[in-house]
Amino acid sequence: MRYLPHTDDDIRQMLEAIGVSSVDELFSAIPAADRLQRPLDLPPALSEPDLLRELDRLAELNTSSTRALSFLGGGAYNHFIPAAVDHLISRSEFYTAYTPYQPEISQGTLQAIFEYQTLICQLTGMDVANASMYDGASATAEAALMAVRATRRSKLLLSAGLHPEYRQTVSSYCRYLGLELVEVTLAADGRTDLAALSPVLDTTVAAVIVGYPNFYGVIEPLADLADKAHACGAMLVSATAEPVSLGLLKSPGELGVDIAVGEGQSFGLPVAYGGPGVGFFAARKKAVRSMPGRLIGETLDKNGERGFVLTLATREQHIRREKATSNICSNQGLCALMVAIYLALLGKQGIRELAEQNLAKAEYAKRQIASLPGFSLPHQAPTFNEFVVATPRPAAELLRTLEADNILGGIDLARFDAADANRLLVCVTEQNSRDDIDRLVAALKGGAA
Amino acid sequence: MSRLGTRGLVLNEKLLFELSDSGRKGYSLPASDVPPAQLDAELVRDAVEGFPELSEVDVVRHFTRLSTWNYGVDSGFYPLGSCTMKYNPKVNEVACRRPGMANLHPYTPDHLAQGALALMYELQEGLKEISGFPALTLQPAAGAHGELTGMLMVRAWHESRGGGRTRVLIPDTAHGTNPATAALCGFEVIPLASGPDGVLNVEDVRAKMDDSVAGLMVTNPNTLGLFESQIREICDVVHEKGGLVYCDGANLNALMGIARPGDLGMDVMHFNMHKTFSTPHGGGGPGAGAVGVCQALEPFLPAPLVVKTEEGFRLDDDRPQSIGRLRAFNGNFGVMVRAWAYLRSLGGEGLKRSSELAVLNANYIRARLEKVFHLPYSQRSLHEVVFTDKNLGGDCHTLDLAKRLIDYGYHPPTIYFPLVVHGAIMIEPTETESKQVLDEFCDAMLAIAREAEENPELLHEAPRCTKIGRLDETRAARQPRLCWQA
Repeated sequence: MRYLPHTDDDIRQMLEAIGVSSVDELFSAIPAADRLQRPLDLPPALSEPDLLRELDRLAELNTSSTRALSFLGGGAYNHFIPAAVDHLISRSEFYTAYTPYQPEISQGTLQAIFEYQTLICQLTGMDVANASMYDGASATAEAALMAVRATRRSKLLLSAGLHPEYRQTVSSYCRYLGLELVEVTLAADGRTDLAALSPVLDTTVAAVIVGYPNFYGVIEPLADLADKAHACGAMLVSATAEPVSLGLLKSPGELGVDIAVGEGQSFGLPVAYGGPGVGFFAARKKAVRSMPGRLIGETLDKNGERGFVLTLATREQHIRREKATSNICSNQGLCALMVAIYLALLGKQGIRELAEQNLAKAEYAKRQIASLPGFSLPHQAPTFNEFVVATPRPAAELLRTLEADNILGGIDLARFDAADANRLLVCVTEQNSRDDIDRLVAALKGGAA
Repeated sequence: MSRLGTRGLVLNEKLLFELSDSGRKGYSLPASDVPPAQLDAELVRDAVEGFPELSEVDVVRHFTRLSTWNYGVDSGFYPLGSCTMKYNPKVNEVACRRPGMANLHPYTPDHLAQGALALMYELQEGLKEISGFPALTLQPAAGAHGELTGMLMVRAWHESRGGGRTRVLIPDTAHGTNPATAALCGFEVIPLASGPDGVLNVEDVRAKMDDSVAGLMVTNPNTLGLFESQIREICDVVHEKGGLVYCDGANLNALMGIARPGDLGMDVMHFNMHKTFSTPHGGGGPGAGAVGVCQALEPFLPAPLVVKTEEGFRLDDDRPQSIGRLRAFNGNFGVMVRAWAYLRSLGGEGLKRSSELAVLNANYIRARLEKVFHLPYSQRSLHEVVFTDKNLGGDCHTLDLAKRLIDYGYHPPTIYFPLVVHGAIMIEPTETESKQVLDEFCDAMLAIAREAEENPELLHEAPRCTKIGRLDETRAARQPRLCWQA
């Protein structure tokens, strides 16, 4: 077996040193009746070349963006990943290291995550960010729980424009905690309906949670929402599934958001069929002790040199166990590092240009599609790089015809709500050229009949 | 020749933000071939204040330098108890980066994602066979996330039968996340002391089990590296009194092909896929935390599940009793590809061999060190062994030993855990280490024990060979600096 270094002679010497005659004897603490009496029924071991052949056979059955023209978004985005990102995270000192519990031999990870925290603060306009969460959905759920802790209130208002899977995740997390979840509808323009918010926003509300941009790509009026929430003593939580937008849009912090969360996949991570992603989580300084997850802090060593450590761990499970702010233990360290590398490569200019190009391409696609007979844009509010299209025939049928042209034309919104059978969510990024968009538009036109 | 650290050139490195120079960029975009678009000015921010401006070579050198300050499994021996830091096969990394896998969007229609779904299905079936559970979800993103998923299902099962059970028994040998998880599911935590022999006693469980208790969360093998020898009887007692048994599967690396938690009467268990099935830990993740369940809990599994039909594989969302979903999309698929590659590389026989050698290695270390280091429990160890600092001379403690091990070139073991052992030193060598590596490590441990007697300052001042010395953690907590500021 190629991963096991033991020779027969080693094993014999080791058994002798232990004072047993067989490896089997080492398991004597397991009662015989508890032992599996047969070999595991699994396929036989594969050699490395055979393994890769089998994997490639499976990969051939997938229609990835490598093989098709893709306009899929909805919380997972097809952005270009510079070669340096994978090259750097493939340094084994990064990817084979553990959680940095021993800071003297983990300064690389610790400094990089401190830099990640800083980049997330700069991007969101907030004071503190944690060392990452599992993904955008679970980060949103943790934000909901943090708002409940901070306000000692029990109601959460979730915008209908929040990603449906984020809403479901919040609901699962809150299931047995005696909290009330209320959905706030969208106005016709695609934004959270401020008029519908007023009747349900009272002094029992811990937080209003909205997407920014929302699931339908629409840019929410965060400042207005913040004013309303704050007037009732509630917090405003923004969840950003497409953080490239923050290169161009006003930051959540600037607009009065109390907790800014989201998904960092756009920043250097492949879509990977939905995971791993990396949840970001940022808040105001005063809330730091009720934040979930790991935090890296700067300090000094005994010689006065700058160094970094895991800090404020009393919020975690190490000490007060059942009083912990969250049960999260590991974070997404390597993914956070990917985000830090990606954002460092983009820098101040790159993030802006990237966001502008995403907007411009999506706007071009929007105009072209809207001009097709039978197609229209139901939402009039501004969008970033994705938007809803009303289709002349069921989106599912339309998408099938596009598949024949090797185009993944968008997400059939009936997936989330049967009433949306004639709606398609289309995403355009810098990866789609004008020719690509024109191909999509022509295919939609052809498929409309 | 001594393994003690020697001199090397370790260079300082500023923070990204301190390296920045106005006008640099390390990224190139294709020229835009569409007309520019503009948003209303009120929606648009100024430049992202504080973002660094660096060229590609600046960024590459920066992170390369940082990497040299880290210790990983590829750098050397990493005997972190309960964390299972085994060598991670390189082919796993190749596998998860195959474009057909890495560039597959999660909302690709099922009929265009048959390869990914087949892989998930095969992995699911493999984990079911290894654990003895008839049903399983791959969705949770980490071990603790799997715990949350599992305990939510325990709660949902009770609620479906009328509810009213609000307490959970948790032994003192449990992982720190167990009580936090139970609290997140709305349960009150009832601590349960392990016996003098380090394992749970069936009579203690019987005494605490009543109709207010939803169940028991137990780690098996437990965090002392001991098999819970009365587990069958304990499961029977919990079941007779209407509860369920949760198994923290963090230590499954000791049991593959040897014993199956599902066969022992456990009702639900998470797998730390990144540990047992060899995804590198990445300085904090990503991991994955599949959860296996007994038949009674199957309806409560998070949606969606991968199912096999005559037309092919499909994601099944139609699960009315499901606890819902615990994250977006299909789970940490990249970790699943690695775990699948590992399973297929080893096969059933290879997995069993791995567990056997993991246990052999732990017992070999135990045999070589037990005359010098204090061993609090005398039972036969499985894959990890816990010593204490009781016999350490020169007023030296576990932390000093750990820091001195760094000077000898080893990542320290897990320290001060489990909490039930005073001054714990928890060593888990895993199956991927050779006798030679273990001998050198034991020699270092014994040399440090001698140093503690003869020259304890060497321990108190350790580590000496690292880039920085011991850090002021109190200062970090009292005056938090969590973000760089100009």
